[in-house]
Amino acid sequence: MRILEGQGVTKYFGGLAAISNVDFHVDQGEILGLIGPNGAGKTTLFNLISAALPASSGGMRFKGQKISGLKPHRICQMGIARTFQETKVFGNMPVIQNVLVGAFFGKPTHISGAAAANEATQALEFVGLSATSAAPIKDLTLAQQKRVEVARALATKPELLLLDELMAGLTPTEVGEAMELVTRIRDKGITIIMVEHVMKAIMGISTRVMVLHHGEKIAEGTCNEISCNKTVIDIYLGEETHAAS
Amino acid sequence: MAEAERLLGLITIGILAGGVYGLLAVGLSLQIGVCRVLNITHGEFLMLGGILTFTFSQLGINPLLAPVIVGPILFGLGFLLQATLFRGVKARVPSPSAFEGNALLAAFGVMYVIQYLARIRFGTQSLPSQYLTQPVPYVGINLAVNLIVGFAIAAALGIAVYLFLTRSRVGKAIRATAEDPPTAELMGVNTNTILAVCFGLGGLLAAVAGTLVSMRTPVSTAMGFNNTVIALIVVTLGGLGSVPGSFIAGIIIGIVSMLVAGLWESVLIVPVYYAMLMVLLLVRPTGILGKK
Amino acid sequence: MNITRLFTTHRKLLLMGFLILLIAFVLTFPLYGGARTRVLITMLVYAILAMSWAMFSGTTGYMSLAPAAFFGTGIYTTYLLQNHLPLPIIIVAAGLISFVLAVLLGLVTLRLKGIYFTIFTFGLVVFIPNVVTYVEGEVTQHHGWYFNVLDRTIILYTMLGLAVVTVLAIYLIRRSRLGLAMQSIGGNEEAAEHMGIDTTRTKVLTFAISAIFMGAAGAVLAPSLSYSNPTIAYSAFYSFVPIVAAVFGGMGSLQGPIVGGLLFGFLEKTLKVEWNTYFMLGFGIIIVLVILFLPTGMVGLVPILRDKLGGAISKWRKGREGEQHANT
Repeated sequence: MRILEGQGVTKYFGGLAAISNVDFHVDQGEILGLIGPNGAGKTTLFNLISAALPASSGGMRFKGQKISGLKPHRICQMGIARTFQETKVFGNMPVIQNVLVGAFFGKPTHISGAAAANEATQALEFVGLSATSAAPIKDLTLAQQKRVEVARALATKPELLLLDELMAGLTPTEVGEAMELVTRIRDKGITIIMVEHVMKAIMGISTRVMVLHHGEKIAEGTCNEISCNKTVIDIYLGEETHAAS
Repeated sequence: MAEAERLLGLITIGILAGGVYGLLAVGLSLQIGVCRVLNITHGEFLMLGGILTFTFSQLGINPLLAPVIVGPILFGLGFLLQATLFRGVKARVPSPSAFEGNALLAAFGVMYVIQYLARIRFGTQSLPSQYLTQPVPYVGINLAVNLIVGFAIAAALGIAVYLFLTRSRVGKAIRATAEDPPTAELMGVNTNTILAVCFGLGGLLAAVAGTLVSMRTPVSTAMGFNNTVIALIVVTLGGLGSVPGSFIAGIIIGIVSMLVAGLWESVLIVPVYYAMLMVLLLVRPTGILGKK
Repeated sequence: MNITRLFTTHRKLLLMGFLILLIAFVLTFPLYGGARTRVLITMLVYAILAMSWAMFSGTTGYMSLAPAAFFGTGIYTTYLLQNHLPLPIIIVAAGLISFVLAVLLGLVTLRLKGIYFTIFTFGLVVFIPNVVTYVEGEVTQHHGWYFNVLDRTIILYTMLGLAVVTVLAIYLIRRSRLGLAMQSIGGNEEAAEHMGIDTTRTKVLTFAISAIFMGAAGAVLAPSLSYSNPTIAYSAFYSFVPIVAAVFGGMGSLQGPIVGGLLFGFLEKTLKVEWNTYFMLGFGIIIVLVILFLPTGMVGLVPILRDKLGGAISKWRKGREGEQHANT
């Protein structure tokens, strides 16, 4: 079943198309990897889905319902949660309260204080940060802050989770832990779209991969198909291998 | 016919007076757009410029030469404020988003300090600072020479600032800093110095605007606040970071103030500005020429 | 009993006791205070303004310069209604009018990001009095407002009541989910939106709630003034006072603005007459220093001093114990 579907999604900045006429879909329960060079429009696509930006044209449906034109808080309450490329935590609160915000406001229905606190504790435990619960968020490492963002998003009880470069700037060990975390989230039945530059991570856990280049979708398929796709190798993977060698 | 002439006269005065508002706003626009400081001391800089011009004229220095002295003094004051105070605030805020608020509060303190230090030194009375008041006949009314000279100086300085920002190396560094400070830093721009230069430049422009105002009307230590309000309105109308926008908005504000005062009621000048601002913000939140 | 422990374990009790003492002091003040009752009224006004300002601006980071607009509207409401309605109803009306005004203003400006909001609220303080002056000059032909003066004791007690209501309301809001929503906007507005918070609604609502208390304070104060006019009632000074007082006291906490407001009111009324210029100069310097070095304000000094004091006492004790050991 398709949980999210976009048709002809387009976004102009001034005269420049950051996303141009992209059709895409996400199947229930999968991990969709979103890759492409810098400036390909990956984060823009996230911003369009989560309504941080209005689309210039095109439409999106979430579980069959039209979501274009909604405000970000409505999108969240419908069941789409996200994290941010540059972490955006509530710097003026302790860790647990960051997560509590998601638990309180992220659902369409009213939730009691006790239930919210309970959910926040569970979400924090799920990402393995129970020990830092009361600490000021500023005292956490970048990897930990990214995990808090994941816990905060999970506390909203999403059906679809958008992870924007969860692994950027992490050490190899931390990347491994993050990959494990993403699979565990998927195992909970939450569908995931992840933007990543760490190829090992994308190829390791994605069900399917979609490649963006200059705002256009240039390829889509399983990890194997993608790593054999000539265009992709030329403009993206090739670049990486050259850079690596 | 007389009515049309009167209208033309009012509009002309408005345009000429508006040039000074534009100059004042360019300075504030730099401080807000680049340094991210909502500098509510801006009008106090204008006040200092006016008062110092008057003081120097008492010592025999021609007000037309005053900017050469007053400008650098207030450039220095602005430079120092940014290099010490606002840089310090930035270093101490818990999160970057808290900077604008805390900088505003700090500016608030500075506003009091400047205003009351000036009061201690110069008192609160109006000082007869007018200069070049000779009338020039023009379509049935008289324009004072200071109005014409003031506009010319403001326009010349405005063009100079525009060229400085668009053509010079420092100007490019300023724009890079405004767009994306971390990247500018990576490209070898010393952003701390650039921000201080920017703030100083804002102070300099306010000082010259002060000189020009002092040639037209008496100055007093209490004149700062109203000019801050006007500058804020002009900046918002014109759009942050746009030199031509600031001048266009300044001239519009000048015309509107003359028309409202001449045809209606001068107490309504600010309400009309404000209504314009409200409509504009509803229609186009980034100002007449502001970037999206 | 360790002094540090005393403060931490019984903090709430101590705070309650302090508040009760304060209220008792204010209630009995007219018995011995005489003409100084005025000073006390001013102190309460400033505390109310500072608390309400900090509730919105201190939490969300949206710096409002509008308090004078609401405060002046409160004074004006009393002037307009004083011969038609009893004071309690006028106070409620003033609160409601300020609320509506703030909702309108908020809907226009709070969609915008911080700086435009501040500029707009700044202009409002100049806009409203000019409009009122125009209306009075052209339409009603009134010049200046005269009030039916009430006994100072009554005004003091009413103001105290309003202050207590304000403290309670803000205390409850801070602990509610509305308070959490506000705080998350202050922390990171974009993230707050994506966590399901209707940020515009939250901002408009809390901005408008804070305006209620400011308007009501103006309405209560009005009958203690024999004369006012738009320029005096809407003086920008009333926008600056709450900011200065809240920053001075510490705008992040509930008690900070109260302390700041009371202290500023007291100092202003006792020092300003003779030392006006130097007084304001001093306050300007203090604001700058507090922003730079004491982000939690004067109340932020308490835990620091407490730790120092506690440390000193336990050191002294240890020293004495050591001495005793040495003696035995």
